Amino acid sequence: MKPASRAFKTNASQALTNEPLQRALGGFKTGFVARRASARANLPEFDRLCDEARAIKEHTLAHLDLYLEEYESKVTAAGGHVHWAANAGDARAAILKICRDAGAATVTKGKTMVGEEIAINEHLDAAGIEPVETDLGEYLIQIRKEPPSHIIAPAIHLTMDQVEADFRATHKHLPQDRVLDEPGLLVAEARAILREKFLAADVGITGANLLIAETGSSVIVTNEGNGDLTQCLPRVHIVIASIEKAVPTLEDANTILRVLARSATGQECSTYTTYTTGPKRPGDPDGPEEFHVVLLDNGRSEMLGGEFHDMLRCIRCGACMNHCPVYEAVGGHAYGWVYPGPMGAVLTPSLIGIEEAGHLPNASTFCGRCEAVCPMRIPLPKMMRHWREREYDQGNTPAGYKFGLKLWAFAARRPALYHALAGLAVPLLARFGKRRGRFAYLPLAAGWTRHRDLPAPQGKTFQQLWRAREKTP
Amino acid sequence: MAKKKTPDSTPVVGLFVTCLVDLIRPSIGFAAVKLLQQAGCTVEVPGAQTCCGQPAYNSGDKANARALALDVISAFEAYDYVVAPSGSCAGMLKHHFPELLGDDSETAARAKSFAGKVYELTAFLTDVRAMTRIEARYDGAVTYHDSCAGLRELGIKAQPRALLKRVAGLKLVEMEDAEICCGFGGTFCIKYPDISNAIVEKKTANITASEAKCLLAGDLGCLMNMAGKLTREGKKIEVRHVAEVLAGMTDGPAIGERQS
Repeated sequence: MKPASRAFKTNASQALTNEPLQRALGGFKTGFVARRASARANLPEFDRLCDEARAIKEHTLAHLDLYLEEYESKVTAAGGHVHWAANAGDARAAILKICRDAGAATVTKGKTMVGEEIAINEHLDAAGIEPVETDLGEYLIQIRKEPPSHIIAPAIHLTMDQVEADFRATHKHLPQDRVLDEPGLLVAEARAILREKFLAADVGITGANLLIAETGSSVIVTNEGNGDLTQCLPRVHIVIASIEKAVPTLEDANTILRVLARSATGQECSTYTTYTTGPKRPGDPDGPEEFHVVLLDNGRSEMLGGEFHDMLRCIRCGACMNHCPVYEAVGGHAYGWVYPGPMGAVLTPSLIGIEEAGHLPNASTFCGRCEAVCPMRIPLPKMMRHWREREYDQGNTPAGYKFGLKLWAFAARRPALYHALAGLAVPLLARFGKRRGRFAYLPLAAGWTRHRDLPAPQGKTFQQLWRAREKTP
Repeated sequence: MAKKKTPDSTPVVGLFVTCLVDLIRPSIGFAAVKLLQQAGCTVEVPGAQTCCGQPAYNSGDKANARALALDVISAFEAYDYVVAPSGSCAGMLKHHFPELLGDDSETAARAKSFAGKVYELTAFLTDVRAMTRIEARYDGAVTYHDSCAGLRELGIKAQPRALLKRVAGLKLVEMEDAEICCGFGGTFCIKYPDISNAIVEKKTANITASEAKCLLAGDLGCLMNMAGKLTREGKKIEVRHVAEVLAGMTDGPAIGERQS
C-alpha cells in the first residue's frame, strides 16, 4: 500500500467531517474501552501478568537470534520450511514462489497485519492469483478496496448500513429483495460466500500472534474460526510473521495470550486460539500437506537495542488506539498506512521513514493514555518524542515553526531579557483584551482562535507584580 | 538566593510560577503563594525562571530543552521544595529533567536530587504538608478535569478533590470522562487545530452535561483551551484554576471572562 501519511492533516480534517465515519467511531467508549476495563478488573493479577509478559518479551529480544534459530530448527524438524525475508520484497517473492509452485489460482487469507505491511494482496493479484480475505472485517474492506483502519478491527470505520450496501453491490447473484438489516444476516451471507472460497483455495495464508521456539509452533487468535479453515483446508499453508513474534516456550505464549485478549477485546481469551506445528502428520485427519513460514525483518533488527527497541514488545492488541483521543477523533485511515494510532505513530516511521510519516509522531497530545493501557508497558509518548528529535536534528521540522522555537528559546534562556519583553508585551495585550476578556482572533495565534477564543492576560506578569510587592515595605 | 532552612524549620519553597501563569494569569501564582503560606511554608520566587522547556522538549529540540532544564535546576536546587501550580510543568521537572540530563553523571545526579524536591501544588499541600484546613468558601457546584500529565505522570487524582471537599459551600460533581485529554497538548493545538477542536468539543459537552457552574483543573494550558472553547460556544461556565478556589480568590473575572 502506497503511504498517504504525508497527507495526515488533510486526511484528518476530512475524517472529522465524514458523518458515517464519526458515527462508526462513536462506539469506542462503550465497546473496547469498557470491556477492557472490566476484564482487567476481573483479574486481580492482571498488572502482574503484564509485567511478566513484558519480561518475557524483553528476554526474547535480548536473545532473538537464538530463539529464531531454535524456532526454525523445530519447524524444519516438524516437516515445514522457513523462509527468511530481509524486507517486504523478499517476503512477497517467497510467497509468490510458493503459490506458483503449488499451481494456485486462489489463496484464502486469515487476518495478517504483516500481510498488509508487505502488500501481499496486490502482489498476488498482479500475478493472476486471487487473494480472498476470510476475516469478516478484512473481507469487507477487501470488497471496498480499502486498507484496514484498525489493527484488530479492520472495518471499525464502517456502519452497518454501509456494509449492507456493499453486500448488495458485490453479491449480485443473490436476490435483491433479501433482508439484510441485522448483523446476524450479514454474517450469514458472508459465511455462505466464504465457505465456497475456503473449499476452493489452493493455498492458505495466515499471520501469527506468537512463534514458540521450543515447539516450532505458531499461534493465531481469532473470533470467527476463519483462520482455522484458512490453514486446514488448502493443500499449502503459509504463515507470515515478523521476527519479534518469537517467544521461548509454550508457557510464555500463554502468559502473553492472557493479557492479549483482555487488552484487545476485553475477552478472557479469544474464541479460537490455534496452535500450528508443521504440516499434516501421517495419521492426522486433516491439515495442509505443505507448511511454510515466511519470517519478515523489514527494519526490525535495526530497532533492536536502539531508541525504538521497546516497540518490538508490541503484541498488536490495539489498546493504545482504542484509548487514544486522536485516533478516536479521526479513525485509522487518516494515518495513511498500515499501522494507525499511537503504536503506528512509533512503528510507521521505522518502517517507511520519518520523511514519509513525520506527522504521525507529532499528532499526539502526549496525554499518555496509550502508555497507561499498554500491556507490554511500551513508553509510546517517549518514543514519539524520539522521532520528533530525529526530525528536528535532520532539519525536517517546518522552517517557520523552528524559527519561532529558536527565538523563544533564545529569550527563555535569558530571564532578564525574557521578563523585560514579557513585561512590555503582556500589559499591552491585556489592554487590547480587557473589554471582552478574550480574543476571538489574534494574529500569529490563528491556529488557536480558529476554533476557540484566547483568554486575555490579566494585566501585568506575575514577575512584575511580585517584584513590585517585594519592594513595598 | 534561597535561604537555608529557617531556625524553626519552616520549609522554604521555591515557587515555579510556570510561563503561562506568569504571562496570562498571575492570580494563580498569588493563590499558590497564599496556600503555601497557609500550609506553613516560606515562599520565594526566583527571578531567574522562565519556562520548564516543554515547548523545546516536545518539539525535538533537545539541546535547548537540556539547557533550560539546567537553568531551572540552578535557580531552584537550594530550596527545600520546588512547587508548581501545574501537573504538566511539575511532571517535566520531576520526570523528564532526569531523562534529559541522564547521559552525564554529574548532571544526572543533580537532576535526580532536584526531582526529589519537586511537587505539583495540590499534591504538595496534601501529601507533604497534610493540609486539612481550607479557609475558603465557594458556593455552588464545580467539576474537576484531570489534566493528563498530572494524572498519569504524577498520579494526581485524589489530592485536589480532598482539598476541594473542605471548601465551605462547594459541591463537587464529577463529569463523564474527567480523565480524558482536553485536546490542548501544548503545541499540538496549534499544529493540529481541527483535531484538537474535535477533542475539546467532547470535553465541553461533558462539562456542560455535569451541570456544574464552574470548571476547575490544575493546569492553565488545559484551562485556557477549555475556557476558550466554552466562551466560543457561548456557554456560561466559569473556568478557574483549582488554586484560586482553594485560596478563596474568586472575586476577579474567571478565565476568559470580561472584567465587570
